[in-house]
This record gives sequence, C-alpha cells and structure tokens, in this order.
Amino acid sequence: MTRTAIGTAAGGRTRPAAGGGTRRWGRALRLLALQLVVPVVLLAGIWWWTGQAGSFYFPPASEVARYFADLWLFERVGGDVLPSLGRMFAGYAIAVVVGMVLGTALGLSRLLRTAADPVVQFLRALPPPALIPFALLLFGAGDWSKVFIIALGTVWPILLNTIDGVRGVESQLLDAARSFQIPAGARLTRIVLPAATPRIFAGMRTSLSIAIILMVVSEMVASDNGIGYFVLESQRSFAIPEMWTGIVLLGVLGFVLNWLFVVMEARVLFWHRGLKGNSDA
Amino acid sequence: MVSLARVSAGRGSDLGLKVAGIAVALLLVELCTRSGLLPERWFPPAGEIYAEFFRLAGGRPLWVEIGRTLLGWATGLGLGAVLAVPIGMALGSSRTAYRLSRVVIEFCRPVPPVALIPLTVLVYGTDLQTKTFLVAFAVFWPMLFQTIYGVQDVDPVAIDTARAYGLGTFARFRTVVLPSATPYIATGLRISSSIALILAITEELVVGTPGLGRAIIVAQSAGDPTRMYALIIATGLLGWALNAAFGALERRVLSWHPAQRQEVAR
Repeated sequence: MTRTAIGTAAGGRTRPAAGGGTRRWGRALRLLALQLVVPVVLLAGIWWWTGQAGSFYFPPASEVARYFADLWLFERVGGDVLPSLGRMFAGYAIAVVVGMVLGTALGLSRLLRTAADPVVQFLRALPPPALIPFALLLFGAGDWSKVFIIALGTVWPILLNTIDGVRGVESQLLDAARSFQIPAGARLTRIVLPAATPRIFAGMRTSLSIAIILMVVSEMVASDNGIGYFVLESQRSFAIPEMWTGIVLLGVLGFVLNWLFVVMEARVLFWHRGLKGNSDA
Repeated sequence: MVSLARVSAGRGSDLGLKVAGIAVALLLVELCTRSGLLPERWFPPAGEIYAEFFRLAGGRPLWVEIGRTLLGWATGLGLGAVLAVPIGMALGSSRTAYRLSRVVIEFCRPVPPVALIPLTVLVYGTDLQTKTFLVAFAVFWPMLFQTIYGVQDVDPVAIDTARAYGLGTFARFRTVVLPSATPYIATGLRISSSIALILAITEELVVGTPGLGRAIIVAQSAGDPTRMYALIIATGLLGWALNAAFGALERRVLSWHPAQRQEVAR
C-alpha cells in the first residue's frame, strides 16, 4: 500500500497527472501483457522441453494433456473427484461450525479460555496426519475416518482466529450496547460476531489449504477411491502420464478453491474492505 | 496477515486453571477408555499409554526417530528459507519483477505440496532428499510472501530520510529495509516451522522414510496401539516445543519495534 503511494508520487513528477481515457487503457493493457509474459513463456518452455527430452519421469506435456482429457473429462469425476471433494467439504464444514461455536465461547469467557489453553496448544501443535492411524482404528477405512481427520486438522486456525476476533471487539461498542439494554443474544449476533468475521475468514482461508492437503494425505494412506489414491496408485504402477494428470488436477483444484474462497470473502466482507480503505488498488 | 496468535498470555494465578484444564481433559480420556465407550482392544487405558510414553522417553530409539524427523524438518525449512528470502527481497523491492512473476506465484501457491509426493518419490527415492524437497516446497510460499510483505511495508519516510542523508542503495538496504523486514521473516519462520513438521510427518507416513511418522504406522500395523498413542503424544509434544521456541524467537525479534509493528498490523 505504502509502496503504491510512493510509486504514484514518483510517477506523478515525470508524467502528466491526468492522462485521459486512451492512455489509461493503454497502461492497463501493458500491465496485463507484463503479467502474462512469464507464464506464457514458462508454459511454452515446459511444452517444448518435455516434448524433446524423452524423459521417463517427465512425459511430453501434450501426452499429459491428452490423458487428462481422457481421464478427467469426465470419466473419473464421479468415482474419484466427487468422493474427494465431498469428504473435504464435510470435514471443513464441521470444522467451521465447531471452530466458530467453541471459539466464541472461549473468546467470551476468560475462565474457559485459560483452562482450555494448554489442551488447545497441544492439539493444534500435533501434526494432523499423525492421527490418521488413530482415525483408522476409530472409524475404519471408510469415509468417516477421512472426514474426521480433515475436521480435526482444520478446526484450529478457525478456532484460534475466532477467539482473537471475539476478544478484539471494541469494548466501547459493547458498553454502548449494554447501556442501551440490548439483550445478550442480540449483542452476540449483531455486534460480536460481525466484528469477528474478518478474523474468522482469515482462519477459514488458512484451513482451506490444510483441508486440501489432508484430503490428499488421507486418501494416500488408506482408501480405495479419491484423487490422492489415484495419484499414488498411478505412481506405484509406473503409469507416469496418469500420475501427472492427477498432480495437475490437484493443482487446478487448489487454485480454483482458493479463488472461489477469495470471491466469497470479498462478497461477505465488502463492508470491511470499504471501511478499512484497503480496496487493493 | 493470518496469525495463529497465542490464545492467552496467562501468568501466575492462571496456572491453577491451566492445570485444572489439563486434568479435566486427561480424566475425560481415561473415562472414555475405562467405561468401554471405545473398544479396549484398540484403545488401551490412558494410564498404560503414559507409562509407555515415559518408558520410550527414557530409551534411545525414540530420540533417534525424533532426530530423523527433525533432520528432514531442518534441512527442508533451511532450504526453503534460503531460497525464499532473497527472492522475496527482490520481488518486494522491484515492482516490475513483482508484476512479472505474480501470475506464476499466485498459481503455484495453492498447489497442495502433498500432490508432489509421488513425483518426488520417483525422482529422489525414499530417503532424506524426498523429505527435504517436500518440506522446502511447502515452506517456500509462506516465507516468500512474508518477505515480500516485509520489504513492501518499510516506512517510506525512513527510506527517504536515508536517501536524503546520502546512503547508497546497499547501505539503505542493510540499515533500513533489512531490519524492518526481519520481524515479518520471523513470523514467516514460525508459520513455516509447523508446516514443515506436518510435511515431514506426512512424508514418513506415506512414503515410509524413517522417522516418527513411520514409527507410528509401524506400531499400528504391528498391533501395538499403546506404543502408537505414546508416539502420537511424543509427536504432539515435539510440535508444541517447536511452536514455543519459534514464538519466543519471534517475540525477541519483535521486541525492539513494538510500536511500529502495531501500526502496520492495523
């Protein structure tokens, strides 16, 4: 933000300030071209190199693309992609609900917060994949063990951010609400939770990438379907182009889910962005 | 920035509450196993698990496994940081470089690092290199972004002042940019340290490289749940210790600049 300010200030000295419509369009186009140069060159480079290298581990990109169209458009979507995504969203949804409810309770009560602190610190420091064997004993190798691991791994960033968000509500607001005799329930839903939402979303975004990781890992350890299972099985049977299509698919999924989340966050938090004035110019 | 902030900074009188909290949690676990809510064959009484944990902690093999996990954690974290910090500095100080690389970075960042496990196993086999590569890849992105933010958030007045006093580019970088970006890098290290541990354990679980993760799986498939739970407790304590160490480091690095950092955080 500060850098943008310096940039325009420095630019303003050398260039006439008001450029007119065509100039601004020209600038936007130049900017876009600048941003797309490297990706295009990189993609072309990968395409060319894998095409002529003849490497066993890095098959030609054209071949990977052909396999990708064969496998994922849309033959295996019902058998692998949907189960993976279903388990991920189930675990993530549980984590969001549990994290927000518990986080609000812990954020409001100093007593509970202090008492729960050591346990929370221990559980959130425990790498979630270490609990996969435990989940397998508890739920067997079906869907629920994976949902459990995803929920358990993603709940901590949401919980901790909710606690911080709830604690960060301006005390003047709460005092004012109290003196207007607004009941506790309305204080919670109208003041505390909206004020905590930006922090909760920050936690949810961290959790989303953890959810994708745990989705893949839980399928790699014990599963008979899912994208993670597909990728590992392809590697074990030396089906290299198939393995690559799985990796590409996971990359695309990670990117798309992250992008969807950013769009949703911008919609829900539009008031916050305007308020803070950092609308990312 | 997303911060897994310390939940509370309790002192003295809070100690009793914390001990009570731990006691209640342990009691709940004990009740679940004693009452038969969880089948006893797979969930031995908590007391036995603690006994096994202390027996393991007294012997050498557990520490060897911890050492192996920590070695992968350290090499990966080190490699990731050594690559990410200079690149982040360059991208943070040049707007053109930032714009050129932005699309590639934004596309690569959300790629789940575990998706690369099969490829890495093919290329590097099942030893330390695989672990190092995966940890380094996972750690690279948070370190890169923390460094970029740190360099971009340098106080412009401080830069202008340094320029007005005739400091050269290198001197400005050393005396203004670097110190002011250090706290961001320290935060990046704290976030990255727990990501690095997750990836190290995951790699051991999935690939079977020696370390705590593999020891857990081995205990499970050998039908020794007591040992498995003891090892899980050891893993949690390791994660907690690393968190505490990096939290302390971060507070040290932050301590000389609290006022300014609070400004930036707003």
